[in-house]
Amino acid sequence: MRFLSQVMTITTKDLRAEMRTKEAINASFSFALVVLLLLSFAFEPTEQTTQEISGGLLWIVFIFAGTLILNRSFARELPNDCLDALIAAPIPGAALFLGKALANFILILAVEFVALPVFGIFYNVRWAQQFWPLLLVLILGTWGLTTIGTVFSALTVNIRLREVMLPLLVYPVMIPLLLGAMRLSTLLVAGQAITGDETVWFRLLIGYDIIFTALSLVLMDTVLLG
Amino acid sequence: MNAAAVECAGIWKFYGDYPALRDISLKVPQGRCLALIGRNGAGKTTLLRILGGFSKAGKGQVSIFGQNPRETGARRRIGFIGHGIAVYDELSALENLRLFARLYQLPDAERTAREWLERTGLERVRDGLVREFSRGMRQRLAVARAFLHGPSVLLLDEPFTALDDRAVAVLQTVLRDALAGGRTVIMSTHQLREAMELATDVALIGRGRIAFHGERTEEMVNDPAWVYSHYGEA
Repeated sequence: MRFLSQVMTITTKDLRAEMRTKEAINASFSFALVVLLLLSFAFEPTEQTTQEISGGLLWIVFIFAGTLILNRSFARELPNDCLDALIAAPIPGAALFLGKALANFILILAVEFVALPVFGIFYNVRWAQQFWPLLLVLILGTWGLTTIGTVFSALTVNIRLREVMLPLLVYPVMIPLLLGAMRLSTLLVAGQAITGDETVWFRLLIGYDIIFTALSLVLMDTVLLG
Repeated sequence: MNAAAVECAGIWKFYGDYPALRDISLKVPQGRCLALIGRNGAGKTTLLRILGGFSKAGKGQVSIFGQNPRETGARRRIGFIGHGIAVYDELSALENLRLFARLYQLPDAERTAREWLERTGLERVRDGLVREFSRGMRQRLAVARAFLHGPSVLLLDEPFTALDDRAVAVLQTVLRDALAGGRTVIMSTHQLREAMELATDVALIGRGRIAFHGERTEEMVNDPAWVYSHYGEA
């Protein structure tokens, strides 16, 4: 109970701070919309090949836009040395991680929910046909992005080139997750149900999320203090 | 003599190959106020960060009332003011104190936060965002943040630097109250006059070593630079 209360305190603090400044969310929204627009010029939306890579395009937009939010997650603690105050407080690193990851998850999902209808319009796909399975893919994929991104955001917080380092570290680790999310999203935005062998990608997403969430919870204290 | 509130033995800290701290051993009994003095770069901040558990020593042991400073029990007993004020610019004064009161699991976070706002003279601006505060107001909020959970050990890194008169008065009052209540204070400072008024003990650090450690004497009060002139490097 105490752990959950600490998690919620951190989540609320991060969301409140972000809503006051809107630094990360505005940048992320704008970036997602601009990239979707540019990609719609690069690929002919009505072509079959474009439809076949639509899931990939969608997730590329999501991870690039998401990285902008993740970069701010621990960087937000640097002004005034607020990270010291969090480290000094008697809260476990796992609570700090989970609180921050939840705030990031909510912010990234919000960007995705705005970007998805825009994507549907630009690429002429009826993404809402398989809404609930697609929502599940978004939740699983975004949680995976969030866990990895939050840990690496803590790891790179004191690096001068953290805006560059974070994607360099996060994207390679995310390859298995992205393979599954892209494949499932391609099928679902085309209105196809996930059946048979394709369900293995769901299991991959779930397994990835469980493994990396557990690792992050265990390693956070070490990441923060070295 | 009281039990040691803060104890460190054989502390070494390296930045690359450079030893920032060399075999530092200190014992600060409960209820004492140690003024940690030394030139810029002497190692005062590094030592305070190790005592507070923010940084790991290369070698040596640190204990706060017998516990490792990273243990939850020890963290509850430490209050820290570093170079930054460690409060959020995007939150109001009340939101900041409520946040830390909740993180320290104080039974009535709201009441404690309001009490400290009143005590530091910030009640009138409790809902104002910290980014709109003057420097003095921000420093007073930092004092409230560090003291609100009733820490037994206060680690203060140059607490009087850049404070306005009112903030100095607030800090001196809460420090005197803390010492009267049996709290232990370790503060690094260049403001020797203010430090000597509060300190019961003085330690001089030079090039990462303890050059002097002893009780504060009348000579030090009358001439705050006395320790430097007798034990400092030329």
